[in-house]
Amino acid sequence: MAITSVKNLKEFSTANERFEGAHLLCPGCAHSMIVRELMNCSDDNLVIAANTGCLEVSTAVYPYTAWDTSWIHIGFENAATAASGAEAMYKARKRKGTLKNPDAPVKFVAFGGDGSTYDIGFQWLNGAVERGHDFTYICLDNEVYANTGGQRSSSTPIGSSSTTAPAGRVSYGEKQNKKDMMSIMAASGAKYVAQVSPNKWKNMAQVFQKSLATEGPCYINAISACCTEWKFDPKDTIHISDLATDSLVFPLYEIVDGHELNINYRPKNIIPVRDYLGSQGRFKHLFKPQFEHVLNEWQTRVDAQWDYLQRREAARV
Amino acid sequence: MAEKIELQKVEVWDGNYAASHALRQAQVDVVAAYPITPSTPIVENYGQFVADGYIDGEFVMVESEHAAMSGCVGAAASGGRVATATSSQGFALMVEVLYQASGMRLPIVLNVVNRALASPLNVRGDHSDMYLGRDSGWIQMDAFNAQEAYDMNLCAFRVGEHMDIRLPVMVHQDGFITSHTAQNVNPLSDEEAYKFVGVYNPVEEMLDFSRPVTYGAQTEEDWHYEHKARQHKALMDARPVIESVFAEFQKVSGRQYKRVETYMTEDAEVIIVALGTTVESARVAAKQLREEEGIKAGVVAPRVLRPFPFDAIRDALQNCKAIGAMDRSSPGGALGMLFNEVSAAMYTTSARPVMSNYIYGLGGRDLSINAIKDIYRELQENATAGEITTPVQQFISLRGPKLSFFETRRS
Ligand SMILES: Cc1ncc(C[n+]2csc(CCOP(=O)(O)OP(=O)(O)O)c2C)c(N)n1
Ligand code: SF4
Ligand SMILES: [Mg+2]
Repeated sequence: MAITSVKNLKEFSTANERFEGAHLLCPGCAHSMIVRELMNCSDDNLVIAANTGCLEVSTAVYPYTAWDTSWIHIGFENAATAASGAEAMYKARKRKGTLKNPDAPVKFVAFGGDGSTYDIGFQWLNGAVERGHDFTYICLDNEVYANTGGQRSSSTPIGSSSTTAPAGRVSYGEKQNKKDMMSIMAASGAKYVAQVSPNKWKNMAQVFQKSLATEGPCYINAISACCTEWKFDPKDTIHISDLATDSLVFPLYEIVDGHELNINYRPKNIIPVRDYLGSQGRFKHLFKPQFEHVLNEWQTRVDAQWDYLQRREAARV
Repeated sequence: MAEKIELQKVEVWDGNYAASHALRQAQVDVVAAYPITPSTPIVENYGQFVADGYIDGEFVMVESEHAAMSGCVGAAASGGRVATATSSQGFALMVEVLYQASGMRLPIVLNVVNRALASPLNVRGDHSDMYLGRDSGWIQMDAFNAQEAYDMNLCAFRVGEHMDIRLPVMVHQDGFITSHTAQNVNPLSDEEAYKFVGVYNPVEEMLDFSRPVTYGAQTEEDWHYEHKARQHKALMDARPVIESVFAEFQKVSGRQYKRVETYMTEDAEVIIVALGTTVESARVAAKQLREEEGIKAGVVAPRVLRPFPFDAIRDALQNCKAIGAMDRSSPGGALGMLFNEVSAAMYTTSARPVMSNYIYGLGGRDLSINAIKDIYRELQENATAGEITTPVQQFISLRGPKLSFFETRRS
């Protein structure tokens, strides 16, 4: 049973299981929650491509695999292109009548970490979207190169300490603002883009279903709390995700056809950004007096972004 | 179903056009490609054939060569016939994915129209890209002219898709001299060609959902070695398969190919080993020298560079006295690849022909028949002396002072 009709978590927990639990992701890793939900929210046949990163190295370790569907990993940067190639072959074979099960609906999905999505695989993703392939790309955005031990990416937020942008006696760590992939992908021709978080699992399932049903390229930015690199207790993954969405550091919204912006979640009680930052070791140095200004700038930036999103939504343009 | 084309018995095609007709006749399902001189027309022609209804495939024009090969891998894992083309810088950009394609045992056909590698930037033919690919786990077949560019493409699908092999195959031809020179080509009819290539037989395909497959798994020290060893074995096992495909091809075309092509080697005392169009020039030079100067000259050419025809090379060179290995790629601080590999083959026989290495033709520098004759004359001196009379490695047809390395100690 797919998640389509699922009303509550209990039903969800017994849903169609296509992503097996026997993998090597850290306990508490949000990657597995996102992937499992994507795979369980649809009954369609799935062809999945993955970039190199935590997900790939932990789920297909020969002679085992956690994937009860067709799956391919080529390299760090080219999952979107692998999906393009598979989708092109599907079209060619469907036309020629050489498919073994020609009537079965097939969806093409690519997963990448933020490293492969925002940085090294950006061109491959952008090319696949521009070409209009019918696939969904999901970025498992943990804001760091987790698989290789915590180097910065262009998704790493200001003030975060990573091994290649470390905080120290005189530095507060990352200096660059997180790249705005949502706008970039909307402007690149993605038919549907959305930001999701596993704590809002119903919204995530709806977004996944919408993107799979949309013809053409879709981009989903999934916030994926990483207990190892963000430095929090593995049992707190959903709690940290709640702080992320309720502080509006990660607003959940979608952009349809490149312009129509809808906010998908409005927290009843908006919490201060410093509560989110204070929950993770990667930001702990920001609470030293000399870096207080970074905390203040954070709040200002998040407020401005929320204001912008609301105005975009209201404008309906 | 795609429209057929009524071909003439003899067509006037350049190497690129010949290769693209072979792709059309093989009814390749997906071509993912990116343009680069001198290989561009191959994929342009494929696109035109699709546009005109002569191929029922998908032409995916991607944003780089790395993506081109990545798209080919995704497509090939989805159970259909896949091909593309590239040269030089594009080939270099593909290299990461070449290893991934062969490691996943996907029978993709890649036309490599050989061209020099920058810097300095150069669009002309040499064999730098072909040499760069030689450890990538692909089968490499070399065409010396347009006819062979056509023939080797048809054979490449058969070899790579063979159930015991399942490996990707490169078909090489020389940039411009082959790719852009119109020559007489005798094609098969569409029916004959398609019958020879056959219907694609999918193995472990991603689009058969009754048997989900995982491609590109992680292996560390526990399994990586076994995978690589089996891959090497498949390459080695390709030798008899290539021979049987060539034999079958001879039946339908009348044209005979071997893993190592020999010319006037039976009684030859001096032999040049070369690749690409140089083989044809060397044949002309050898014939003339036999007539003009009585030098017993011959030519040996690996038709298949990988798997390296170590066995057939030995057989072909056993009885000669001196060998000139001609390498058209900057040797980068070593002896040329052909010199090293041919020497290694000869060292495992009791024969000890005198070996020397000639570097030539980089970046499209012309190689004249006279320059080849000079090489034969030097080889003849070596043969007569029973030892090397020149430096081991010489750069020929180079401007300015002579350049050579490794003076030999005489007895
Ligand atoms: C071409 C290439 N460059 C570098 C690497 C090393 N590498 C593998 S995974 C990785 C980081 C992955 O980060 P991300 O994409 O964010 O995924 P995560 O592990 O965080 O989920 C790096 C740098 C590689 N495998 N290939
Ligand atoms: S390091 Fe982070 S992203 Fe990687 S498996 Fe562990 S929790 Fe997941
Ligand atoms: Mg990451």
